[in-house]
Amino acid sequence: MSQASRASVMSSATDIRSIKRVSIVDRNLNKTRGLEVGIGAFAFLFSEMLQYAQKRVHGIQDLERKLNDFGYRVGTRLLELTVWREKNNKRETRVLGILYFIHTTVWKTLFGKQADSLEKSTEHEDEYMISDNDPLISKYISVPKELSQLNCNAFLAGIVEAILDGAQFPSRVTAHSLPQDGFPLRTTILIQLDKEILQREEQLK
Amino acid sequence: MIYSLYIISKAGGLMYQKDFNEGLAHLTANEYLVFAGTFHGVHAITSKISPVRNSTSSGLEVLEADSFKLYCFQTLTGTKFLIIADPTHANIDLVLRRTYDVYSDYVMKNPFYTPEMPIRSELFDVNIVKLIKQVGG
Repeated sequence: MSQASRASVMSSATDIRSIKRVSIVDRNLNKTRGLEVGIGAFAFLFSEMLQYAQKRVHGIQDLERKLNDFGYRVGTRLLELTVWREKNNKRETRVLGILYFIHTTVWKTLFGKQADSLEKSTEHEDEYMISDNDPLISKYISVPKELSQLNCNAFLAGIVEAILDGAQFPSRVTAHSLPQDGFPLRTTILIQLDKEILQREEQLK
Repeated sequence: MIYSLYIISKAGGLMYQKDFNEGLAHLTANEYLVFAGTFHGVHAITSKISPVRNSTSSGLEVLEADSFKLYCFQTLTGTKFLIIADPTHANIDLVLRRTYDVYSDYVMKNPFYTPEMPIRSELFDVNIVKLIKQVGG
């Protein structure tokens, strides 16, 4: 074995040791660079989650609810972490503020990019929509025809719902497929705010 | 020019078959299955016999004819990818490997796919067609 290759073997051995020594709970929460999860690993994990959920539900709505629940558990934790990572953080008290926070900061934490649009419904006062042209969660998922109503981004809707809940904006969040020219996988996260929030907004004006 | 793609499971079942050019001669659905099974058997034989002593054989890799060439790529898990192409088409190895990439992305990562079963995945279809177009189907 040559000198160089022996050195590389030794350095990789120390790498493994140093990774092992710093467990995930001991890691610095602020350090995010280089610690992203591979999309393949995530895709396989999500695939297993979906198969697990599918065995335990009756019907598409039930499955979406379960995915939403999974997401909710992620969302509650994600809100705390993201707010903590934002150094000059302040508490979002207005609807637009928190929605913008989800649209930019949360999306960047999750997917490394901003969401593609944030819109207010023209028909309903209490509805907002966040859209993603190419959602990462369902990147590799082809939904069979008999389940065509299903949108796997119900998981993402759950995350958003938990964030809104945690920030004192209780609402109902659902995911819908709305394909557009050039973006066949485009998904819209529909947010229906509770009445009390609208009343609170009135007071804050 | 690439004529068609076959994917054969490790048990010899046909998982996927697609033609990329109009005007090719077709077999019946049953004959495609027989073809896959027969090829699987022949491949098994060719990987067992080798005139070279103490060598392991990869099995059949290329089958050459006047009007076409058949390339076979077997993955470590035993799934076989077959491409039938025009004899002049170069660099099929690369196409086979990229097909394997697309397969592992859009078939294996799809929660609605049962391993070893026929592939019915919209995204796989779309991406295979895109790949073949790119390399000059």
